[in-house]
Amino acid sequence: MMTEKSSLGIVETKYFTFAHAPDELVLESGQKLGPITLAYETYGELNKDKSNAIWVCHALSGDAHAAGFHKDDKKPGWWDEMIGPGKAFDTNKYFIVCSNVIGGCRGSTGPSSINPKTKRPYGINFPVITIGDMVEAQRHLLDELGIERLLCVTGGSMGGMQTLQWVAAYPDRVKSAIPIATSLKHSPQQIAFDEVGRQAIMADPAWRGGNYYSHVQPERGLALARMIGHITYMSDQSMEEKFSRRLREGDYRFTFAPEFEVEGYLRHRGDSFVQRFDANSYLFITKAMDYLDLSGEKFIPQDKKISTSFLVLAFKSDWLYPSYQSRDIVSFLKSRDVDATYCEIKSTYGHDAFLLELDEETHLIHHFLARISQSVKNGNGR
Amino acid sequence: MKLDHQIIFDIVKRGAKVMDLGCGDGELLSILVDKKQVEAQGIELKEEAIYKCVERGLSVLHGDIESGLGVYPNKSFDYVILNQSMQEVNNVDYIIGEALRVGKRAIVGFPNFAHITARCEIFFGGRTPVNDALPYRWFDTPNVHFLTIKDFREFCAEKNIQILKACFLGKKRLIRIFPNLFAQNAIFEITQSNGE
Repeated sequence: MMTEKSSLGIVETKYFTFAHAPDELVLESGQKLGPITLAYETYGELNKDKSNAIWVCHALSGDAHAAGFHKDDKKPGWWDEMIGPGKAFDTNKYFIVCSNVIGGCRGSTGPSSINPKTKRPYGINFPVITIGDMVEAQRHLLDELGIERLLCVTGGSMGGMQTLQWVAAYPDRVKSAIPIATSLKHSPQQIAFDEVGRQAIMADPAWRGGNYYSHVQPERGLALARMIGHITYMSDQSMEEKFSRRLREGDYRFTFAPEFEVEGYLRHRGDSFVQRFDANSYLFITKAMDYLDLSGEKFIPQDKKISTSFLVLAFKSDWLYPSYQSRDIVSFLKSRDVDATYCEIKSTYGHDAFLLELDEETHLIHHFLARISQSVKNGNGR
Repeated sequence: MKLDHQIIFDIVKRGAKVMDLGCGDGELLSILVDKKQVEAQGIELKEEAIYKCVERGLSVLHGDIESGLGVYPNKSFDYVILNQSMQEVNNVDYIIGEALRVGKRAIVGFPNFAHITARCEIFFGGRTPVNDALPYRWFDTPNVHFLTIKDFREFCAEKNIQILKACFLGKKRLIRIFPNLFAQNAIFEITQSNGE
């Protein structure tokens, strides 16, 4: 069975720059972007035949720092419970890569980066990117690392979208895929929540048409967007369990200060988010999610036979990415005779569950990956 | 190997493509994968059973079997197995129809309600029978249909379903005489008559 779990210890972010003029990356919109820097981290060792690489894709507010600790940091990476020695993505066996998406603000090229043509931040003039563009940039990094075929691509939420996009774009380079709490396309409800978040940012006078980099960023708007986001990541039941109607001071104060614990929590989440995230990145990344539509032929063309194996995971109380969207993925895969396993994990955490239901995810992913690596060792294409 | 698994194992051809509807913890499917190199897919409603299946290295879909087959093209599988799960679904007619649409053949295993102990319990005891094949009491049973071997034969005749093989199981061995009286369980291999 599984070995003792332990931490990766201190890890470092690396950087890869490509798409220098005149070979800029041509985006889905037709616009060009370059040079592009990707921040990324790797954990574990790439084996001799480079067959043990797993690509981890982060969600909306995530970054390249998926596991381990940065020097002098008290908090580990965002999926530390899942990545490390003896964990679901066992770094004793697998080589893990996680990169910050383009459009992001955590080391990869995004709207807060300096536009080499103007020597000023791109701001709102950053080209509108798609999930496809994010994956295309990651593919350049994959090539740079000299890996032909990934053992697995995985991620939750927007990370799951990239996972699906990876298979859509490069099915022959992805041996297996684990999309978690995600969808082949954003529904009108999902677009609506994103749009409210964007409007909160753009309605903040501090946004200044996206040109705020010589001032403070639109903190109120970004914090509000994040607060809305956090409501959608929880469930009615998880909020009841976490906060109920508890008051911070024990009694009504008859003011508009945050009295209920849930108010305090949302404000805290909003305020801490603006310390680490760029408002324009929020606009560009949510837009990229809204554009995603891999329904039908766009996911797998009619005449294409793919040999990628899937483990699709959803959570019962997730109303932002409801399980029917995962079942749609599975139904489509089965209609195309693609190997798939699906589990709807019982959870009360809502969409956040993919970061919290660790035992269930670990069990399923550990055994799924064991099967996939075994079939690679046996030289079985399927 | 359990007797019902042995019978199904003997029916399934090496390297076949198999769907197990209501595969439970995947015991039968993993035997078929290991020893007959079948390409296997299971569908199962219980979440705990899904974890077991994945542990065994099986591909399994979490969901109810009534909504699980719609997406598959005709004749996607060599065999669709419904072992001890048919009597638990509401719309048997639909499930058998779907099983025979997506599968070239179906293998159906169910408890025989006309077994002699069941007959005696109703006739003399005046109670709903509880025995090895029907282990549940009336209020906690997952079964929504109670059928006999004769019932199933008549169903097949009415639906133009051809019976390729019928095996009748006692507690430990096969039953060869008066199966509707002495068999606790039955396993039928069936196919749709027209077009085959």
